[in-house]
Amino acid sequence: MTTPPAASALASHEDLELVRALRAGDERVFAQLVDRYQSSLVRLAATFVGSRAVAEEVAQDTWLGVIKGIDRFEGRSTLKTWIFRILTNTAKTRAQREGRSIPFSALSADDSSEPSVDPDRFLDQSHPTWAGHWNAYPRSWDEIPDNKLVSKETRELIERTIEDLPDGQRLVVRLRDVEGFTSEEVCDVLGISDGNQRVLLHRARSKIRAALESYLEEQV
Amino acid sequence: MRAADHLSCAELVELVTDYLDGALPPAERVRFEEHLVYCPGCIYHLDQMRRTIALTGRLTEESIPAPVAGQLLGAFRDWKRSAR
Repeated sequence: MTTPPAASALASHEDLELVRALRAGDERVFAQLVDRYQSSLVRLAATFVGSRAVAEEVAQDTWLGVIKGIDRFEGRSTLKTWIFRILTNTAKTRAQREGRSIPFSALSADDSSEPSVDPDRFLDQSHPTWAGHWNAYPRSWDEIPDNKLVSKETRELIERTIEDLPDGQRLVVRLRDVEGFTSEEVCDVLGISDGNQRVLLHRARSKIRAALESYLEEQV
Repeated sequence: MRAADHLSCAELVELVTDYLDGALPPAERVRFEEHLVYCPGCIYHLDQMRRTIALTGRLTEESIPAPVAGQLLGAFRDWKRSAR
Protein backbone atom coordinates (compact mmCIF):
# COMPACT_ATOMS: atom_id res chain seq x y z
CA MET A 1 0.00 0.00 0.00
CA THR A 2 1.56 3.27 -1.04
CA THR A 3 0.15 6.67 -0.37
CA PRO A 4 1.56 9.65 -2.24
CA PRO A 5 3.99 11.88 -0.38
CA ALA A 6 2.37 14.75 1.43
CA ALA A 7 2.17 18.00 -0.50
CA SER A 8 5.40 19.92 -0.10
CA ALA A 9 5.63 23.25 1.61
CA LEU A 10 6.66 25.91 -0.85
CA ALA A 11 9.64 28.19 -0.40
CA SER A 12 8.96 30.96 2.06
CA HIS A 13 9.46 34.63 1.35
CA GLU A 14 12.68 34.47 3.37
CA ASP A 15 13.86 31.49 1.29
CA LEU A 16 13.34 33.41 -1.92
CA GLU A 17 15.27 36.36 -0.50
CA LEU A 18 18.16 34.04 0.42
CA VAL A 19 18.15 32.45 -3.01
CA ARG A 20 18.20 35.86 -4.66
CA ALA A 21 21.19 36.84 -2.52
CA LEU A 22 23.02 33.60 -3.34
CA ARG A 23 22.45 34.07 -7.04
CA ALA A 24 23.81 37.58 -6.70
CA GLY A 25 26.92 36.07 -5.13
CA ASP A 26 26.42 37.26 -1.54
CA GLU A 27 29.14 35.40 0.36
CA ARG A 28 27.80 36.43 3.74
CA VAL A 29 24.47 34.75 3.06
CA PHE A 30 26.22 31.62 1.83
CA ALA A 31 28.39 31.49 4.96
CA GLN A 32 25.30 31.93 7.16
CA LEU A 33 23.56 29.01 5.49
CA VAL A 34 26.62 26.83 5.90
CA ASP A 35 26.75 27.81 9.57
CA ARG A 36 23.11 27.00 10.07
CA TYR A 37 23.08 23.55 8.49
CA GLN A 38 26.63 22.18 8.42
CA SER A 39 26.45 20.19 11.67
CA SER A 40 23.08 18.66 10.77
CA LEU A 41 24.34 17.77 7.31
CA VAL A 42 27.39 15.99 8.68
CA ARG A 43 25.39 14.09 11.31
CA LEU A 44 22.84 12.95 8.75
CA ALA A 45 25.43 12.06 6.16
CA ALA A 46 27.07 9.84 8.80
CA THR A 47 23.80 7.89 9.01
CA PHE A 48 24.29 6.91 5.38
CA VAL A 49 28.03 6.51 5.04
CA GLY A 50 29.10 5.39 8.48
CA SER A 51 32.32 7.32 8.86
CA ARG A 52 32.67 10.84 10.13
CA ALA A 53 35.42 11.71 7.65
CA VAL A 54 33.37 10.57 4.65
CA ALA A 55 30.31 12.35 6.11
CA GLU A 56 32.26 15.61 6.13
CA GLU A 57 33.16 15.09 2.46
CA VAL A 58 29.51 14.41 1.67
CA ALA A 59 28.52 17.67 3.38
CA GLN A 60 31.19 19.47 1.38
CA ASP A 61 29.86 17.96 -1.86
CA THR A 62 26.36 18.95 -0.82
CA TRP A 63 27.38 22.62 -0.61
CA LEU A 64 29.07 22.38 -3.98
CA GLY A 65 25.78 20.93 -5.27
CA VAL A 66 23.93 23.87 -3.72
CA ILE A 67 26.22 26.34 -5.48
CA LYS A 68 25.87 24.59 -8.81
CA GLY A 69 22.13 24.10 -8.51
CA ILE A 70 20.97 27.39 -7.02
CA ASP A 71 20.07 28.84 -10.41
CA ARG A 72 17.67 25.95 -10.90
CA PHE A 73 15.92 26.32 -7.52
CA GLU A 74 12.27 26.83 -8.37
CA GLY A 75 10.78 27.39 -4.94
CA ARG A 76 8.65 24.26 -5.05
CA SER A 77 10.09 23.20 -1.72
CA THR A 78 11.63 25.13 1.13
CA LEU A 79 15.30 25.96 0.77
CA LYS A 80 16.03 23.74 3.75
CA THR A 81 14.39 20.61 2.34
CA TRP A 82 16.00 21.32 -1.04
CA ILE A 83 19.45 21.38 0.59
CA PHE A 84 18.76 18.20 2.56
CA ARG A 85 17.51 16.42 -0.54
CA ILE A 86 20.82 17.23 -2.19
CA LEU A 87 22.48 15.79 0.89
CA THR A 88 20.52 12.53 0.82
CA ASN A 89 21.18 12.08 -2.90
CA THR A 90 24.88 12.80 -2.48
CA ALA A 91 25.09 10.51 0.54
CA LYS A 92 23.23 7.67 -1.20
CA THR A 93 25.56 7.81 -4.18
CA ARG A 94 28.55 7.83 -1.89
CA ALA A 95 27.17 4.98 0.24
CA GLN A 96 26.61 2.86 -2.86
CA ARG A 97 30.20 3.40 -3.89
CA GLU A 98 31.24 2.25 -0.43
CA GLY A 99 28.99 -0.78 -0.66
CA ARG A 100 26.62 0.17 2.12
CA SER A 101 23.59 1.46 0.31
CA ILE A 102 20.29 1.88 2.07
CA PRO A 103 17.66 0.08 -0.01
CA PHE A 104 14.76 2.28 -0.97
CA SER A 105 12.39 -0.33 0.45
CA ALA A 106 13.71 0.47 3.92
CA LEU A 107 11.69 3.67 3.78
CA SER A 108 8.33 2.03 3.37
CA ALA A 109 7.01 0.77 6.67
CA ASP A 110 6.08 -2.85 6.16
CA ASP A 111 2.71 -4.10 7.32
CA SER A 112 4.07 -6.55 9.83
CA SER A 113 2.85 -5.70 13.26
CA GLU A 114 5.60 -4.68 15.60
CA PRO A 115 4.12 -4.02 19.03
CA SER A 116 5.32 -0.77 20.62
CA VAL A 117 5.32 -2.36 24.06
CA ASP A 118 6.02 -5.98 24.95
CA PRO A 119 2.60 -7.75 24.77
CA ASP A 120 3.40 -9.51 28.05
CA ARG A 121 2.92 -6.18 29.78
CA PHE A 122 -0.82 -6.36 29.08
CA LEU A 123 -3.55 -8.65 30.43
CA ASP A 124 -4.46 -11.16 27.74
CA GLN A 125 -7.73 -11.55 25.92
CA SER A 126 -9.05 -14.08 28.42
CA HIS A 127 -9.36 -11.43 31.11
CA PRO A 128 -13.08 -10.77 31.62
CA THR A 129 -12.99 -7.00 32.09
CA TRP A 130 -9.49 -5.66 31.60
CA ALA A 131 -8.14 -7.46 28.52
CA GLY A 132 -5.47 -5.35 26.86
CA HIS A 133 -4.86 -3.24 29.97
CA TRP A 134 -1.57 -3.03 31.84
CA ASN A 135 -0.95 -5.96 34.16
CA ALA A 136 1.41 -3.68 36.06
CA TYR A 137 1.58 0.04 35.45
CA PRO A 138 4.69 1.55 33.88
CA ARG A 139 6.72 3.46 36.44
CA SER A 140 6.88 7.16 36.72
CA TRP A 141 10.26 8.50 35.65
CA ASP A 142 9.78 11.44 38.02
CA GLU A 143 11.68 9.54 40.69
CA ILE A 144 14.74 9.16 38.47
CA PRO A 145 17.25 11.90 39.28
CA ASP A 146 17.86 14.39 36.50
CA ASN A 147 21.58 13.78 36.46
CA LYS A 148 20.88 10.14 35.60
CA LEU A 149 18.37 11.02 32.91
CA VAL A 150 20.75 13.37 31.15
CA SER A 151 23.94 11.43 31.89
CA LYS A 152 26.56 10.47 29.32
CA GLU A 153 25.54 6.81 29.74
CA THR A 154 21.92 7.60 28.91
CA ARG A 155 22.99 9.54 25.84
CA GLU A 156 25.24 6.72 24.69
CA LEU A 157 22.46 4.20 25.18
CA ILE A 158 20.15 6.29 22.98
CA GLU A 159 22.90 6.63 20.33
CA ARG A 160 23.51 2.87 20.29
CA THR A 161 19.80 2.09 20.15
CA ILE A 162 19.33 4.46 17.20
CA GLU A 163 22.33 2.95 15.39
CA ASP A 164 20.81 -0.52 15.74
CA LEU A 165 17.44 0.50 14.28
CA PRO A 166 16.44 -0.59 10.78
CA ASP A 167 17.52 2.01 8.17
CA GLY A 168 14.14 3.71 7.64
CA GLN A 169 13.40 4.07 11.35
CA ARG A 170 16.91 5.36 12.02
CA LEU A 171 16.69 8.03 9.32
CA VAL A 172 13.26 9.24 10.34
CA VAL A 173 13.99 9.44 14.07
CA ARG A 174 17.26 11.25 13.39
CA LEU A 175 15.51 13.82 11.24
CA ARG A 176 12.47 14.28 13.47
CA ASP A 177 13.72 13.89 17.04
CA VAL A 178 17.46 14.56 16.80
CA GLU A 179 17.51 17.32 14.19
CA GLY A 180 14.03 18.62 14.99
CA PHE A 181 12.55 18.52 11.47
CA THR A 182 8.77 18.75 11.14
CA SER A 183 6.90 15.75 9.73
CA GLU A 184 6.31 17.72 6.54
CA GLU A 185 10.05 18.37 6.15
CA VAL A 186 10.86 14.69 6.70
CA CYS A 187 8.35 13.65 4.04
CA ASP A 188 9.79 16.18 1.59
CA VAL A 189 13.40 15.18 2.19
CA LEU A 190 12.84 11.42 2.08
CA GLY A 191 9.97 11.41 -0.42
CA ILE A 192 7.68 9.32 1.76
CA SER A 193 4.07 9.72 2.86
CA ASP A 194 3.06 11.30 6.13
CA GLY A 195 1.54 8.07 7.43
CA ASN A 196 4.65 6.12 6.51
CA GLN A 197 7.04 8.43 8.28
CA ARG A 198 4.85 8.37 11.38
CA VAL A 199 4.83 4.56 11.51
CA LEU A 200 8.63 4.49 11.19
CA LEU A 201 8.99 7.23 13.80
CA HIS A 202 6.66 5.52 16.24
CA ARG A 203 8.54 2.23 15.98
CA ALA A 204 11.85 4.00 16.50
CA ARG A 205 10.64 5.99 19.51
CA SER A 206 9.05 2.92 21.05
CA LYS A 207 12.34 1.01 20.88
CA ILE A 208 14.30 3.90 22.36
CA ARG A 209 11.73 4.20 25.16
CA ALA A 210 11.93 0.46 25.88
CA ALA A 211 15.74 0.62 25.99
CA LEU A 212 15.60 3.60 28.34
CA GLU A 213 13.03 1.90 30.53
CA SER A 214 15.12 -1.19 31.14
CA TYR A 215 18.26 0.90 31.67
CA LEU A 216 16.78 3.57 33.95
CA GLU A 217 14.61 1.31 36.04
CA GLU A 218 17.22 -1.30 36.85
CA GLN A 219 19.03 1.37 38.87
CA VAL A 220 16.15 3.02 40.69
CA MET B 1 -21.12 3.78 27.00
CA ARG B 2 -20.33 0.39 25.45
CA ALA B 3 -17.01 -1.26 26.25
CA ALA B 4 -16.21 -1.27 22.52
CA ASP B 5 -15.99 2.52 22.64
CA HIS B 6 -13.04 2.34 24.99
CA LEU B 7 -9.43 2.04 23.97
CA SER B 8 -7.42 -0.61 25.70
CA CYS B 9 -3.95 0.30 26.95
CA ALA B 10 -2.42 -2.00 24.33
CA GLU B 11 -4.26 0.00 21.64
CA LEU B 12 -3.40 3.37 23.14
CA VAL B 13 0.36 2.78 23.12
CA GLU B 14 0.22 2.33 19.34
CA LEU B 15 -1.35 5.78 18.90
CA VAL B 16 1.02 7.92 20.93
CA THR B 17 2.99 9.39 18.01
CA ASP B 18 -0.21 10.09 16.07
CA TYR B 19 -1.60 11.77 19.18
CA LEU B 20 1.48 13.91 19.78
CA ASP B 21 1.55 14.90 16.09
CA GLY B 22 -2.08 15.95 16.21
CA ALA B 23 -2.77 13.37 13.52
CA LEU B 24 -5.60 11.48 15.21
CA PRO B 25 -9.09 12.02 13.83
CA PRO B 26 -11.15 14.04 16.35
CA ALA B 27 -13.19 11.05 17.59
CA GLU B 28 -10.04 9.00 18.17
CA ARG B 29 -8.45 11.88 19.99
CA VAL B 30 -11.41 12.04 22.33
CA ARG B 31 -11.17 8.28 23.01
CA PHE B 32 -7.43 8.68 23.67
CA GLU B 33 -7.93 11.50 26.14
CA GLU B 34 -10.86 9.80 27.86
CA HIS B 35 -8.69 6.78 28.46
CA LEU B 36 -6.05 8.95 30.14
CA VAL B 37 -8.65 10.21 32.61
CA TYR B 38 -8.98 6.82 34.29
CA CYS B 39 -5.60 5.18 33.48
CA PRO B 40 -2.50 6.32 35.40
CA GLY B 41 -0.48 3.59 33.62
CA CYS B 42 -1.04 5.22 30.25
CA ILE B 43 -0.30 8.66 31.70
CA TYR B 44 3.10 7.34 32.81
CA HIS B 45 3.63 5.68 29.45
CA LEU B 46 2.80 8.89 27.58
CA ASP B 47 5.16 10.79 29.87
CA GLN B 48 7.93 8.24 29.18
CA MET B 49 7.44 8.74 25.44
CA ARG B 50 7.60 12.52 25.84
CA ARG B 51 10.79 12.24 27.87
CA THR B 52 12.25 9.81 25.34
CA ILE B 53 11.67 12.38 22.60
CA ALA B 54 13.20 15.16 24.70
CA LEU B 55 16.26 13.08 25.60
CA THR B 56 16.75 12.06 21.97
CA GLY B 57 16.66 15.75 21.08
CA ARG B 58 19.60 16.38 23.37
CA LEU B 59 21.98 14.23 21.33
CA THR B 60 23.00 17.22 19.26
CA GLU B 61 24.31 19.03 22.35
CA GLU B 62 27.32 16.76 22.56
CA SER B 63 27.98 16.50 18.88
CA ILE B 64 31.31 17.81 17.71
CA PRO B 65 30.89 21.00 15.69
CA ALA B 66 31.45 20.12 12.08
CA PRO B 67 34.36 21.91 10.48
CA VAL B 68 33.76 23.80 7.29
CA ALA B 69 36.42 23.32 4.71
CA GLY B 70 38.10 26.61 3.87
CA GLN B 71 37.82 25.99 0.17
CA LEU B 72 34.02 26.18 0.34
CA LEU B 73 33.88 29.96 0.27
CA GLY B 74 36.53 29.84 -2.45
CA ALA B 75 34.30 27.54 -4.49
CA PHE B 76 31.42 29.98 -4.03
CA ARG B 77 33.61 32.87 -5.18
CA ASP B 78 34.82 30.94 -8.23
CA TRP B 79 31.26 30.08 -9.19
CA LYS B 80 30.23 33.70 -8.87
CA ARG B 81 33.13 34.79 -11.07
CA SER B 82 32.55 32.17 -13.77
CA ALA B 83 28.85 32.94 -13.81
CA ARG B 84 29.48 36.50 -14.87
